Order: sequence, then C-alpha cells, then structure tokens
Amino acid sequence: MQIDNLIALDEFCAKHEIEISFVDSLQQYGLIEITTIENAWFIDSNQLLQLEKFVRFYYELDINLEGIETISHLLQRVNALQNELVVLKNRLGIYE
Amino acid sequence: MNFIDYYKVLGLDKSASAKEVKNAYRKLARKYHPDLNPNDTTAKTNFQQINEANEVLSDPEKRKKYDQYGKDWQHAEEFEKQKQQQSQAAGSYGGGFSSGRQGRSDFSDFFESMFGGGGGSSSRARQTKYRGDDYTSEIHLELINAYTTHKQTLTVNGNSIRITIPAGVENGQTIKIAGHGGPGINSGPNGDLYISFVIANHSKIKRLGNNLFQTVYLDIYTAVLGGEITIDTLDGKVKLKVKPETQNGTKVNLKGKGFPVYKSEGQFGDLQVTYQIQIPAHLTEKQKALFEELRKIKD
Repeated sequence: MQIDNLIALDEFCAKHEIEISFVDSLQQYGLIEITTIENAWFIDSNQLLQLEKFVRFYYELDINLEGIETISHLLQRVNALQNELVVLKNRLGIYE
Repeated sequence: MNFIDYYKVLGLDKSASAKEVKNAYRKLARKYHPDLNPNDTTAKTNFQQINEANEVLSDPEKRKKYDQYGKDWQHAEEFEKQKQQQSQAAGSYGGGFSSGRQGRSDFSDFFESMFGGGGGSSSRARQTKYRGDDYTSEIHLELINAYTTHKQTLTVNGNSIRITIPAGVENGQTIKIAGHGGPGINSGPNGDLYISFVIANHSKIKRLGNNLFQTVYLDIYTAVLGGEITIDTLDGKVKLKVKPETQNGTKVNLKGKGFPVYKSEGQFGDLQVTYQIQIPAHLTEKQKALFEELRKIKD
C-alpha cells in the first residue's frame, strides 16, 4: 500500500471534531479498515467517502453503530440492485 | 416565488418547541438523507426542503422573523429597513438579518429573498456539504470501435458528455469521469460518473487481452503447394506467405498485429492465425480424374 494514499486518522478526527474511538468502533464492526504505521492510525483514501458517510450517520442523524452496520449492508444491496437495473434498462434500450 | 410553510414541511405546528423542531428534523432527515437514498432525486428534494425548514425554525432569530412576517414575507425587507432607520436614529444597532450572500446555496428563492444567501448557519448539520450521487452508465462497442481511440457523446440524466474512449479498452472495464455525477447539496462537490464498457464479440476474430485469434480458411491447393494469401484484420488487409505442405490446424503468430495495449501508444498484442484447410466439393470429372492419378501415385 502506498503511503500517499493514506489519510492520518488524528487529522481526520480533528477536522470533523469527532473522537478517534468512534473510528475504532467502526473498525471493530468491520465497517472500515485501519492501517497502523509506527503507532499512528491511517485509512486508505478510497475509504474516505464511506467514513465521512458513517460520521454523518452517527453525529447528524443519531444512528448508533448497530444501525450503521445494518444500513451499510442494505445500501450495498440497494447500490447493486440499482446498477443491475441500469444495465438491464440499457439492454432493453437496444431493442426499443 | 411561493410562500413555504416550514412548519408544515417538518410536520409541526407553530407552537413547537426547539426540541420538537430538532426531533422532527432528525426523524425526517433519517428518512430523506441523500446518504440513505442513493440516486433518489425526490428524496434529495425533500431533504433540501427539510434542511431549509430546519435552518429557519432552529434559529431563534430567523424563526422570529419568519413567524412575524409569515405570508407577508415580500414586505419584510421594507419593514426591516424602516426598523433599522428607527434604530439608527435612536443611536443603537438593532441587528436584523443582514447576512451577506456567500457563494451558491441550495436554498429556495423564498428563503434567499427573506434571509439572504448562505443562511449564516451555525450547526454541524447546516454546514455540511453533501457530495452528489455517483452515476453509472454503459457503452456498447463493436470490437473494431475499441481498436481505435475515438470520441463518443453520451447522454447521462439529460446531459450530453463527450468522452474520449482510448484504444484497447477491455470488455467489462469501468472508467471514472470525475465530477459528472449528480450535483452536490449545499454546494458540495458533484458525484462521479462510472462508465462500463460492453464489447460485442466479433464474428471472425476472438480477443483475449491484447492478443487476437483468427481462423483463416485455406484451399487444399495452397495448403499443399504453398502460396500467398490476403486476410482481413482489424488493421486492414495483411498478406501472408503460406508454406508448402501446411497442415490443418497450423498456427502462425503475427507479432504486433493484435489489439492495442490500453493507454500505451504504439504497443500492440499479437495476432494468432489458425489455418483450417477446406476439402474441395463438387469436383469436375477432370478434377476427380487428377485426384485418382494422385491416389495411384501414392499407392
């Protein structure tokens, strides 16, 4: 993994004014992956949007970690179904 | 520009407490939040409305002004000016809603007319910028179209986007076009557009990565005696020398005559030609006689 793609979690938490323990909890629920380098915690930049989404769920919408875990699974299914729908609509479009 | 009943938007009556406003907002936000409703424009519109209602009703000063002028909001500016002049005459500044416009906002014309742009928000929820939805689309190409770099116009959600498709794109490959997805909320960034390529099989040429595979039919005479043939490839016509006594199923590798390597200009895979020898049919009497002669010589 390239260090360029990593975002320091202490900076992320300071910017969003959140506790780092919240991010640790997300890791324990298997919702994000944390990389440790020399005792500092990082996340890969491709997880940033997802992490920001979880922060909004927890701090703005008052959704607890169990709720976030459930929503995360359901959103993955919604996205997969929506993508499948787009593909099928495009295929149907060929015959119209 | 119509009056918007913010109480109705949040399902509250005018006597609602600050806590009730907060609870109603949170409940509706959980229902219509864009993060929870991917690619749902109705939910996004509803969320913008409840966000705007919360912006006004959760701010005591804005709520006071909204309650005071209500449906007469169009005259609010005049009242404010008069009030300010009176205050200044008395040697004091009365405050009011003079917040300046700070860039583009996603509030309604009604809101901006009454409170100005930007909203002067203070809470985390009201400051949050939301990234727009990612869009996905598909482009169907013939193999020959994927052979050369070309431009194509794509219509996504009513917007035409002209994109360059690099030569060598793979079947199933997805490319990202940053910022061409759904619009962001509260001046947040646009989402991205993901385009997947579906490349149709060619009737005569098979593709495996950057290598191409083609079956070429040889008449028995060229296969036995050798000769020169011309074949059609994706790069045009190619002349091939056929060795005498070429056997059925013989494979010939043509280096650099395959598919272009994606985003590597001047680099190509190989083309593998497999010869399939065709036995002549509907022979004339003379041909049959000559084949008989060959058989006798063989025996």
